[in-house]
Amino acid sequence: MPLYWLLKVSVTPNNLLYTEGVRMWPSQTSFEHYAFVLAHSDFPKFFENSVIVSGSTAVIVTILASLAGYALSRFNFRGKYWIVVLMLLTQMFPLVMLIAPMFKMLSPLGLTNSLTGLVIVYTAFNVPFATFLMQSFFDGIPKDLEEAAMIDGATRFRAFREIILPLTLPGIAATLGFVFTAAWSELLFALMLISGVDASTFPVGLLTFVSKFSVDFGQMMAAGVLALIPACLFFLLIQRFLVQGLTAGAVKG
Amino acid sequence: MTAVSTATTRRSAPPLRRLAVASEPYLYSAPALILIVAVMLVPLALGISYAFRDVKLLNPFGAPFIGLDHFRELASDRTFARALKNTLFWAGASVALQFIFGLILALLLNRPFAGRSIVQALVFLPWAVPSFLSGLNWAWMFNPVIGPIPHILTALGLMATPSNVLSDPFNAMWGPIVANVWWGIPFFAITLLAALQAIPRDLYEAASIDGANALQRFWSITLPFLAPTIAITILLRTVWIANFADLIVVMTNGGPADRTQIVASYIFTQAFRRLDFGYASAIAVVLLLLLMAYALLIVLLRQSLLKRG
Repeated sequence: MPLYWLLKVSVTPNNLLYTEGVRMWPSQTSFEHYAFVLAHSDFPKFFENSVIVSGSTAVIVTILASLAGYALSRFNFRGKYWIVVLMLLTQMFPLVMLIAPMFKMLSPLGLTNSLTGLVIVYTAFNVPFATFLMQSFFDGIPKDLEEAAMIDGATRFRAFREIILPLTLPGIAATLGFVFTAAWSELLFALMLISGVDASTFPVGLLTFVSKFSVDFGQMMAAGVLALIPACLFFLLIQRFLVQGLTAGAVKG
Repeated sequence: MTAVSTATTRRSAPPLRRLAVASEPYLYSAPALILIVAVMLVPLALGISYAFRDVKLLNPFGAPFIGLDHFRELASDRTFARALKNTLFWAGASVALQFIFGLILALLLNRPFAGRSIVQALVFLPWAVPSFLSGLNWAWMFNPVIGPIPHILTALGLMATPSNVLSDPFNAMWGPIVANVWWGIPFFAITLLAALQAIPRDLYEAASIDGANALQRFWSITLPFLAPTIAITILLRTVWIANFADLIVVMTNGGPADRTQIVASYIFTQAFRRLDFGYASAIAVVLLLLLMAYALLIVLLRQSLLKRG
């Protein structure tokens, strides 16, 4: 319902916006707001920044989480318990606590106001959950597969790369999608760490726009619809898979 | 890299090889661990130390140790006291409403009907909406110039004239709560739906043969089966929502007059707007202690329940 309103106002021409007020659908629609946002604002830049940050974060997290998840799934080692405890711990405390020290740490390294800095921060935040996710996918693959390959002379790493990883592709896709959406939506750290237009992500850009030009509702909402696109695309792709996956987990547990 | 090292050690002396085999899991998990320690644990420790120092961004010369001064200030900080109360209200109301609506949706979606997959996709859609957008979107909905809600409320007689809930000091908190409920229902619905689908069907059939009506079946089969999922989800979700400041920062920024400030958004305001990192960290430490107390409570509760069971 709110999404419907967002869409409605974004296609309502300005002259009708106030006169027709709360009508369910405007008598005339136009895409002028979209045209303006795309051609005369910084939103394409913000969009690009967000795609870069979320995309890189998703790829790096998935690589790190596959490795760590594989270790947790296949090995029994002394440090395992502590690694799990450490990762659970990071899921417990409120991340907003880290906002001040994070700024202090990154600024001498030149990583504030930079996309690289954001990627590093988001990667760390998302690795623990992604690791558990990947571990559960690896757990679903029989051990015999890579044991057979290792008897045939392959190293474990090669067996992992060439036999196990291709089998976990659906899991990898899910992890990529989760992390991408999480990074796409992150707001507070982006606000704190980014100050210039050049490095702004979409949430930061939209919020700055809202506080600066708070009367141009049509344009704001058109920009809002744009922010929705990648999230919805991903969502439609994994929606069915998600319920199935959770159901499988519930049956097992 | 790992491939090379294991390949070479395979041919060398047994002790070396044992070392390589023993270190293998650590090599796999090292990159993730190093990152977590460097980017999460180090700032956490640093943040705790800031709580006892006078750290301000605009004051680059040192950060003198000031002991418990921040905490003394906090004890008499009216805004902080209000933020604590607001956090309880915010988390309590949001979780309760999300749970009730989530349960209803899950029960509805658990039975087959035509077009269920489309309805399911629509129901889960808010979950994919980025939280900042959900906040902005609802802020617009509440805006009398552009949004329908004030007009609907006026037509229903709940409001004298169309005005913005978000600028009403006594009811402003309901704005972010409504946004949060809308945004969080799918999470509960998904979790509960998964748990519902794990209940064996034959139980219901047996119960209907014995003459149990729908309400009885719900009461004596569905609820007991769902209870563990419900308990865990609510406990974890409460913590998560108590610390979830995005919607408040976007919709009200803690205003009007700090009426919607929760502890998490207060930390953010101190760090981001006043650039007082020391004070922000002191609040964070208090929040951490409160959360640890809550976690301890849960563990104790669980143990006493297990003993009784």
